[in-house]
Amino acid sequence: MDTSIKVLIVDDFATMRRILKNILKQIGFKNLVEADDGTSAWEILQGQTIDLIISDWNMPKMTGLELLKKVRASDQYKRTPFLMVTAEAQKQNVIEAVQAGVSNYVVKPFTAEAISDKLEKILK
Amino acid sequence: MNVTLINPFINATINVLETMAFVTVSAGKPYLKKDNVAVGDVTGILGLTGVANGTISVTFEEKCILNVVSNMFGETMTELNHEIADAVGELTNMISGQARRELEEAGKVFKAAIPSVVTGRNHSITHHTDGPKIAIPFSTGNGDFTIEVCFER
Repeated sequence: MDTSIKVLIVDDFATMRRILKNILKQIGFKNLVEADDGTSAWEILQGQTIDLIISDWNMPKMTGLELLKKVRASDQYKRTPFLMVTAEAQKQNVIEAVQAGVSNYVVKPFTAEAISDKLEKILK
Repeated sequence: MNVTLINPFINATINVLETMAFVTVSAGKPYLKKDNVAVGDVTGILGLTGVANGTISVTFEEKCILNVVSNMFGETMTELNHEIADAVGELTNMISGQARRELEEAGKVFKAAIPSVVTGRNHSITHHTDGPKIAIPFSTGNGDFTIEVCFER
C-alpha cells in the first residue's frame, strides 16, 4: 500500500477526523487534508490533487453521497478511491453508495484494523 | 414502551463504547424518568423519525466522558470543552446508527437528525415527544452515564 499519497478526510465531527487521522498516521500516511462537509471537500478537490477520499455520509450542506456523485461525475476523480465511513448502515444506504460508485464502506463504530483492511483492498 | 425499541439502543451503546473507546460498559436496570434534568454533565440529543417519532439522549458524568474521549484520542483530556462536546455528538450519532441497523433488521426503519450537545451541571434534556422517558444507567470503571429513549405514545 502506497502511504505517500494525499488523503482527504471528510467528516462534520472533528472527533472523527482526529480518530481517522490517528489511524492513518499509524498506518504510515503523512499527507492528510481535512474538510468538515462535502462542500468544503469539493473546494479542496478543485484546488489540489487528492489520491484517496475518506468521507462520512450524514453531513450538513453536502452529504457524503452527494460528494461521491460529484466525484464520480468528474473527469479528474472518477476513478479515485472513495471510502465511505459512516453510521448510516441501513441496507438502502449501502445500495445507494454502491450504485454511486463507492470503492468500499466502513460502518461506525469501527476498529483501526477495519480501516486498514479496507484501505489495503482499495489501494492495491 | 415496547422493549424491542429499547434493547437496540442498549446493545449499540455497549458496542460503540467498547469499540471506539475500549471501555467495558455494564448496563443497569432501566427506569421511568419523570423530570427533564440531566443526570450527567454533557448530553448528546438526537431526533428520530420513522415507524415512530422520538429522541434519544446520552448523558455522561464529567469523569466518565473525560476517560472515554481520552481513550478515543489516545491522549489525556482534562476538561469539558468543545472537543468533548463534539465527541459526545459523534458518540450519539454512532449509537443511533448502530441501533437503527438492528431495528431495521426487525422491520423498523428510522431516519436520524444531526445530534445536538448540551453541557453544564443540571441542564435540561428536552425530548421532542411527550412519550415515556426510559432511562438506562451504565457503569464504566471510570464513572457513569445514562441513555434516555423517548418515543411518542
